[in-house]
Amino acid sequence: MLNVTVRIQRFNPDTDSAPNYQEFKVKAEPTDRVLDALNSIKWYQDGSLTYRRSCAHGVCGSDAMRINGVNRLACKVLMRDVGSNVTIEPLIGFGVIKDLVVDMEPFFAQFRSVLPFLVNEDAPPQRERLQSIEDRERYDDTTKCILCAACTTSCPSFWADEQFVGPAAIVNAHRFIFDSRDKGTGERLDILNDREGVWRCRTIFNCTEACPREIRITKAIGEVKKAILSGKRA
Amino acid sequence: MIHTHTYDAIVVGGGGAGMMSAIYLSRDSRIRTAVISKLYPTRSHTGAAQGGIGAALGNLEEDHPEWHAFDTVKGSDYLGDQDAIETMCREAVDVIIELEHMGLPFSRTPDGKIAQRPFGGHTHHYGQGPVRRSCYAADRTGHMILQTLYQNCIKNGVEFFDEFQVVDVMIAEGRCTGVIAYEVATGDLHIFNAKAVNFATGGFGRIFSISSNAHANTGDGPAVALRRGIPLEDMEFYQFHPTGIYKMGILITEGVRGEGGVLRNDHGERFMERYAPTMKDLASRDVVARAIYTELREGRGINGKRYVYLDATHLGSEVIEKKLPDIADFCRTYLGVDPVKEPMPIQPTAHYAMGGIPTDVDGRVLRDAQNNVLPGMYAAGETACVSVHGANRLGTNSLLDLVVFGRRSGLAMAKFCHETDLGPVPPNPTAEVAAEFERLLVSDKGEPAARLRDELQDIMMDNVGIFREGPGIQVAVDKVKELKERYKTVVVMDKGKRFNTDLLEAWELKNLLDLAQVTAVSALNRTESRGAHLREDFPKRDDVEWLKHTLVSLDSNDDVSIDYKPVTITKFQPKERVY
Repeated sequence: MLNVTVRIQRFNPDTDSAPNYQEFKVKAEPTDRVLDALNSIKWYQDGSLTYRRSCAHGVCGSDAMRINGVNRLACKVLMRDVGSNVTIEPLIGFGVIKDLVVDMEPFFAQFRSVLPFLVNEDAPPQRERLQSIEDRERYDDTTKCILCAACTTSCPSFWADEQFVGPAAIVNAHRFIFDSRDKGTGERLDILNDREGVWRCRTIFNCTEACPREIRITKAIGEVKKAILSGKRA
Repeated sequence: MIHTHTYDAIVVGGGGAGMMSAIYLSRDSRIRTAVISKLYPTRSHTGAAQGGIGAALGNLEEDHPEWHAFDTVKGSDYLGDQDAIETMCREAVDVIIELEHMGLPFSRTPDGKIAQRPFGGHTHHYGQGPVRRSCYAADRTGHMILQTLYQNCIKNGVEFFDEFQVVDVMIAEGRCTGVIAYEVATGDLHIFNAKAVNFATGGFGRIFSISSNAHANTGDGPAVALRRGIPLEDMEFYQFHPTGIYKMGILITEGVRGEGGVLRNDHGERFMERYAPTMKDLASRDVVARAIYTELREGRGINGKRYVYLDATHLGSEVIEKKLPDIADFCRTYLGVDPVKEPMPIQPTAHYAMGGIPTDVDGRVLRDAQNNVLPGMYAAGETACVSVHGANRLGTNSLLDLVVFGRRSGLAMAKFCHETDLGPVPPNPTAEVAAEFERLLVSDKGEPAARLRDELQDIMMDNVGIFREGPGIQVAVDKVKELKERYKTVVVMDKGKRFNTDLLEAWELKNLLDLAQVTAVSALNRTESRGAHLREDFPKRDDVEWLKHTLVSLDSNDDVSIDYKPVTITKFQPKERVY
């Protein structure tokens, strides 16, 4: 058993004038998730501690937060890896609704702005559209996105300019731009060629390091930039 | 504060079934539709499904919907309704093609078609051997379905109420006329008056302690329906997936065995050869989960502990990294085990409710043993019991159920909306739920909800799990009653209105308690063994007495009553089940 001090940024706009930090002591197995520690605090110490969670194994994207200063999913970090003092704070860049819960509406608005769906108005064939294994592989990496916002909220360019569409939206645009079945590439590249599009990216790589799905985000953004310059998918 | 909204159609739940029905509703511009979801839709548990979705495409070898239907009937231990199963397996091919056209990035065969892999219980020529029927996108098929459906909802401009918890259903003048929802961010109540409501709220695997299910899977839809007098069907049939990560319960897809992985006990023996000589590790889930438990009981768990190995080390890193990348990631993250080099420690994990809100093949809710319809109310997905899964669901058939019956319910609702006017809102419809929340908020001398939930999950796991017997189930029934008494003074520590998940978790616990109660009582009542329901005191299937569906009801005094309805049999007469 580990004895861990968990320091959490608390803020309830209804009752607090500013965010503050509160410390909790928890006992944890080394293989417990940080989410398990949060749950034990919420369930048995302070029920008002508020955060989002659902699947608890890194596929639903609910529990992205800052853990010891870096964006992580609380359900994908084990207690043995955070030390005996861990600090947990909400994601940076979106308004805090309460404690670790941030306003995700601007994030989903960014996502919606890049035509995040297959565009192909041709009459479909009777059976599936064919796609070679190589063509399918071309956009495989960016299909893994779970929209957790860990990348976008780790991006200094986004912190400086919240109008920037952000890495997550570009990842989701990439997923269609490089899909051989898609016909919306031109329109999507025009959107991303906007002043708040891909050119705000300064190749800092924070997004790639933050991604819990290990998507090579900076590489994907680079490929979109190249597609804009060449006018076509590479 | 109370807000009122009016729509033609309301879909409750933003997972696979809910969004599929919303897409169909949204294609009719005259119908105003909204999806109400307690989570952002992309957080729904459909996204955790891994191994594939079943359809007899025949892309790699001969296959037919009739074979798929036979396998599903046999898998159901003959409790599934065969007309519904035929519908599902027939429409499977078309709906998979439709998902591909919507953009779903399936893995591909060398000639560019949708790739398919073997899966438990899926056979060619009516049981002769495994067939490649599971259409997959690596090992994140559910994720890709959820994303694709969400993308298409955005494309079609579907209206969402995200992070709104539906807490009651309105029934007036013999029909469903809408729902009451709690806005998580503000604590406000909302009345949604509608012509048609679809409950697609997912499962309730959180009644068990070792579960593959999300924290959110608390059965809110079936519990709300149950408390409003709608019976639930076949609640005693709960599936334990054979391969969950030891102690955590996180799902390890059957696709691992589909790709050639095998189960081994402490002696290194591939023990499934003894239990299922033909299908071996690809027997149906009830058979494999029971075999694992038997190995554990007889002392052949690894080092005498409560787990066995799932061995994929012979598959090679190429197969694992390309076809099972998420599994590899889970094992490395949570176990420190690299499945390329070491076997995975697994134990069965609570996974899927075969039972739920009774419906016909158009998702219409059936309110009694005579199959009378409750007009305006629909259910689809794991929430519903059509019944296509009977006593045991085959792997890949849940994703299929979501999209086939999500689509059918959406179409049926659209038609119904054109034929009917808006029904009345009952007088003061928020009073009951407002009083319940108020009671939870003022209580200050009881126990935290979490303690009751922990005790509930443990007793259900121990006594209403894979192996069941009368006296043990009775202990669980009594324990749930005791927990319900203690629930009356449960304490919510957060007293605020804003994003009060403490309050919601306490409310969700009530749902778990009600569903656990009817699950345990139904399990006690059924004195035979069939599919996932194994009674050690009644080890044989009894078709004379028990080839029938259970309907369980809960009255306002918390008393349970049981009724039955017949199973629909068309082509396949019940016979002994051997894999």
